[in-house]
Amino acid sequence: MDTYTFLIQLLNGIQYGLLLFLVASGLTLIFGIMGVINLSHGSFYMVGAYLAWSLSQHLGSFWIALPTGIVLSVALGMLLEWLFIKHLYRRDHLQQVLLTYGLILIFSELRSILWGDDVHSVAVPALLAGSIPLTEMLSYPVYRLWLSLVCVILAGLMYYLIQHTKLGMMIRAGASNREMTQSLGINIDVLYRSVFALGVALAAFAGMIAAPVSSVFPGMGNQVLIVCFVVVVIGGIGSVKGAMAAALLIGLVDTFGKVVEVEIGGLRILPELAGMSIYVFMAIVLLWRPEGLLVRRQH
Amino acid sequence: MTKPRPELTARREFLIGAGALAGMSLMPLAGCAKSDKLRVGLMLPYTGTYAQLGVAIENGFRLALADQDGKLGGREVEYFKVDDESNPAKATDNANEIITRDKVDVLIGTVHSGVAMGMIKVAREAGTLVLIPNAGANAATGELCSPNIFRTSFSNWQPTHPLGKVMVENGHKKAVFITWNYGAGQQAAESFSEGYTAAGGSVAKQMFVPFPNVEFQALLTEIAAIKPDAVACFFAGGGAVKFVKDYAAAGLKDKIPLYGSGFLTEGVLGAQGEAAEGLLTTLHYADSLDTPQNRAFRTAYLDAYSAQADVYAVQGYDTALLLQKALEQTGGDIGKRDAVIAAMEGAVIDSPRGQWTMSRAHNPIQDFYLRRVENGDNKVVGVAWKALEDPARGCNM
Repeated sequence: MDTYTFLIQLLNGIQYGLLLFLVASGLTLIFGIMGVINLSHGSFYMVGAYLAWSLSQHLGSFWIALPTGIVLSVALGMLLEWLFIKHLYRRDHLQQVLLTYGLILIFSELRSILWGDDVHSVAVPALLAGSIPLTEMLSYPVYRLWLSLVCVILAGLMYYLIQHTKLGMMIRAGASNREMTQSLGINIDVLYRSVFALGVALAAFAGMIAAPVSSVFPGMGNQVLIVCFVVVVIGGIGSVKGAMAAALLIGLVDTFGKVVEVEIGGLRILPELAGMSIYVFMAIVLLWRPEGLLVRRQH
Repeated sequence: MTKPRPELTARREFLIGAGALAGMSLMPLAGCAKSDKLRVGLMLPYTGTYAQLGVAIENGFRLALADQDGKLGGREVEYFKVDDESNPAKATDNANEIITRDKVDVLIGTVHSGVAMGMIKVAREAGTLVLIPNAGANAATGELCSPNIFRTSFSNWQPTHPLGKVMVENGHKKAVFITWNYGAGQQAAESFSEGYTAAGGSVAKQMFVPFPNVEFQALLTEIAAIKPDAVACFFAGGGAVKFVKDYAAAGLKDKIPLYGSGFLTEGVLGAQGEAAEGLLTTLHYADSLDTPQNRAFRTAYLDAYSAQADVYAVQGYDTALLLQKALEQTGGDIGKRDAVIAAMEGAVIDSPRGQWTMSRAHNPIQDFYLRRVENGDNKVVGVAWKALEDPARGCNM
């Protein structure tokens, strides 16, 4: 692999990692602050992608579909929290897993009824439809670069929200001690509902902006869910910063796992076993740091 | 309108059930061997990713029977359906259920190759007559071939095999093959390099993407670095849409021609849009085949189901045609096992896809068409390979 190809692969890895971060951040946020394991997170990603597809058809423009989709997904998040999730805070993780797994089935059935089982695609908006030539053979779609930029901006906004605003302070307080925060006069129910809605909106937004590059199909949520859990576990459960670091690492491991050739004792390890690369990486990280890369110290 | 109270309906149903049960226990005395309905089992995916394929196959099957008032060889048909969910883990149980509990005369299934393998194992032991309307696992008509197992679709070896010849004829002598790293993908890759090498091409590299991962960017970058004359691939469904769009977005489409087995553009052309224009693929069917059979079939299908027929519907349709041929020979008696099998082995099917016959290992010997995507439609360019027969490796029948 020459230097130039290596740099392009590096770009591929970072770009994939940033998108992973966007999906995984909502998952780690909900777990870190509310202590809820949300298996249905992937479904929100899928719902986002289908929203982007159906809204941009009905409203005629991706740019109108995007804010509409965000509003709808925030509303969906609030509704779900009020209907189901709020009953889970004091229950053990098995019950949370059971309920959110049920949500996966419900969403996949609803998706089938509402939108069918077809594969769809969302057109890249005209403004970002071009490509930048990198080599004589290869060009890079502008949309993918824009995608990375949006992810970086969102990561910055989230960091600012959590570390430097009053709402962020309340969120952090609620995460470390629910009762104490409540007794200080903060309405924890509203706070949790907002955090859950934020998590849902992040996943749905990731699905929406990924839709033009990833096509829209029934099983897309489950695919992304597994990688997200890997990211969250490696990053340290509940840590947004950790999720960022882990997502970038996973993006790179996945990318180079597919193209680097590794032989051990005459046996080709990579790229033959590329499908395992991120899981092996997770195992190594967990052997080294059992609680993940960056773990929030609560106690 | 008043609804009957639920507990009353339940009781009534129970009584009807009890009555039916009592009636059934008398039936063997009456002797019902031939006047009985033909028991047809449909083991197909009705939920999950392949749900549409299952529905299309069943629709095609029923359409073929529509001319005979829904009868097969003059006998009424009773359907027993099981949703296999394309879940290989449940394949054995599902097959057992439909074979031993429902005691079907013939089992039609399925779409997913992994599920088909589990099903075949059960059917081989039970000796049930099986017709496979899609699953391409080579072994089904290879090392696991059996007198009671027939396939009306294709083997995974078939669709990618003719690609190599076409590519070399177009002057592309060095190619990369890319697919998912799973059973069907590996079988497609093997058959491609076999056909390509035989035609005088050389495979620069085979790339396998972990299944069902759809992040192709890294491999597209590598393809650009290798600079082959052409790229051939095997993808289907959501992955096919994404690969074709990514390939075009990376600017490779105009520089390195992309070929594929026909599944690349089946049922997903709308989603692929502009990115698919000009793609060359090989398959045993094309919507635009201009034959009287295909035109009639497509019109009838559209009338019956208000949907466009696809290759899966054709395979379901042909499954019924094959069964019909066999039962006509035996006057509707499926119990004459040897005669039924002999009739199916010798059958010549006038299908919407063109005429085909059964190979020694019970897999279709059929023409493969070269299709080019033009204005969102798979246009037939010509016949890529006349009467292609699967080598049926490992079959001792």
